[in-house]
Amino acid sequence: MRVLSCADAGVLIEVADLDEVLALHGALSEDPPPGVAEVVPAARTVMVRLAEDGDAAAVAAAVRRLRPRAVRPDSVDEAEIEVDYSGADLADISAHTGISERDVVAAHTGAVWTVAFCGFAPGFGYLVGGDPRLDVPRRAEARTRVPAGAVALAGRFTGVYPRSSPGGWQLLGHTDAVIWDLERDPPGLLRPGMRLRFREA
Amino acid sequence: MAGDMAGMTDTACAAGLEVLRTGPLTTVQDSGRIGHASLGIGRSGAADGVSYALANRLLANPPGAAALEVTLGGLAVRTRGAVTVAITGAPGPITVDGRGAAMHAAMNTVLHLPDGAQLRLGTPTRGLRAYVAVRGGIDVPPVLGSRSTDTLAGLGPDLPAPGDVLPVGAPPAEFPVLDHAPVPAVPGDEIDLRVAPGPRDDWFHPGALEALFGHAFEVTGRSDRVGARLAGPELRRAKHEELPSEGMVPGSLQIPPAGDPVLFLADHPVTGGYPVIAVVVAADLPRAAQARPGTRLRFRPWRAPGARPR
Repeated sequence: MRVLSCADAGVLIEVADLDEVLALHGALSEDPPPGVAEVVPAARTVMVRLAEDGDAAAVAAAVRRLRPRAVRPDSVDEAEIEVDYSGADLADISAHTGISERDVVAAHTGAVWTVAFCGFAPGFGYLVGGDPRLDVPRRAEARTRVPAGAVALAGRFTGVYPRSSPGGWQLLGHTDAVIWDLERDPPGLLRPGMRLRFREA
Repeated sequence: MAGDMAGMTDTACAAGLEVLRTGPLTTVQDSGRIGHASLGIGRSGAADGVSYALANRLLANPPGAAALEVTLGGLAVRTRGAVTVAITGAPGPITVDGRGAAMHAAMNTVLHLPDGAQLRLGTPTRGLRAYVAVRGGIDVPPVLGSRSTDTLAGLGPDLPAPGDVLPVGAPPAEFPVLDHAPVPAVPGDEIDLRVAPGPRDDWFHPGALEALFGHAFEVTGRSDRVGARLAGPELRRAKHEELPSEGMVPGSLQIPPAGDPVLFLADHPVTGGYPVIAVVVAADLPRAAQARPGTRLRFRPWRAPGARPR
């Protein structure tokens, strides 16, 4: 664990891998040390944003004292969403990965994905843990409009666009699942640590 | 003073502000949206939190009441009912007219406006953002607990547009205790900002911090509520691999591989994928938010009290 400072606004904690990110995020969200305003998990770091009266050194010391336990599988939220696998980039994904379109779909539905972190847009989750063969680059040029519900791949991540927005990920398919709904609490379907399976519609 | 009379005019009818013009950008802002960062939702809120808070204090509004953030002037509103307003932040000409001749009004002052008055903000002489607070607060519906418009996430109230009538909330029980607040001048052509190196200064060539502290950086026209884009000497990177996305704080000075450094302001992304060489201390961010294009920023080293030398 490496603790890096962001002036008096935050403390950035670098850990070894995503499991440690999720464990640390869980420990900090469950029992935040005094002076912590918000906790932002990411791929290999957890950003602790300080409250106005938060003391970076004290928060850093409290974080070092934490003993985050691995997240218990039975305490994890799970969801399944149905996907119509007819995305505009399915052929390109097949070409990049060197496996057939059917095998791409089988690989995507065959894995249990974990929401590593959220960002890019409200409710957009970065999901990891899929089949390593599904590692594809972003499109050379971003689309100006990706429809809401688009299921996409980029790098080792998959994700679902919560609403229509520009985007550079490779489009695999589409889901009718409501990913983002301001009338819901919380509004995002995907939350860090949650597990997700995709099923072919 | 006739507190009861003021109370009567305050509650005579549901008050509002009819938008006539907005200038380059007017948004509704409050103290921000807290508690959703792990869902990818940033805080947003008034970019110059000090001027915003002062406007509410002048009116005896509770902290966090929503106000208008006016970028580079140009706002014109007509009052519906009698309202009390205060204007803070970037100083510029303020005129009030309606049934009589136009009158000039002062910044950082409690202004009582009758029904049908037109309030206009001209282009500020210094700074970038002015705050128009109204007694009772702008009462548009909150989104996830806040009336701030996050221009990056596309979340919060719609941007005020000509023809809109912005509802004004019920006046608070407290009454203003001051007519006018003395304030330090909004910074002009050059702004000093204290920064602490890190969290990713080790991704840069050792000369990069010297360049950061040794030269002025100019705020470019491609600046907005997300961040101030800066032009200045190259801050050379030592590590060239990709940084996995990580959490960002306001004040982060993010350095894309080719392009202008960005000083993150209120609507900055929650996570980012470019290394942050240094972070502006929180107390200096309101002044950074007043830096208009052409302003020169000078970064001064800051070390946390009691911190060991790096």
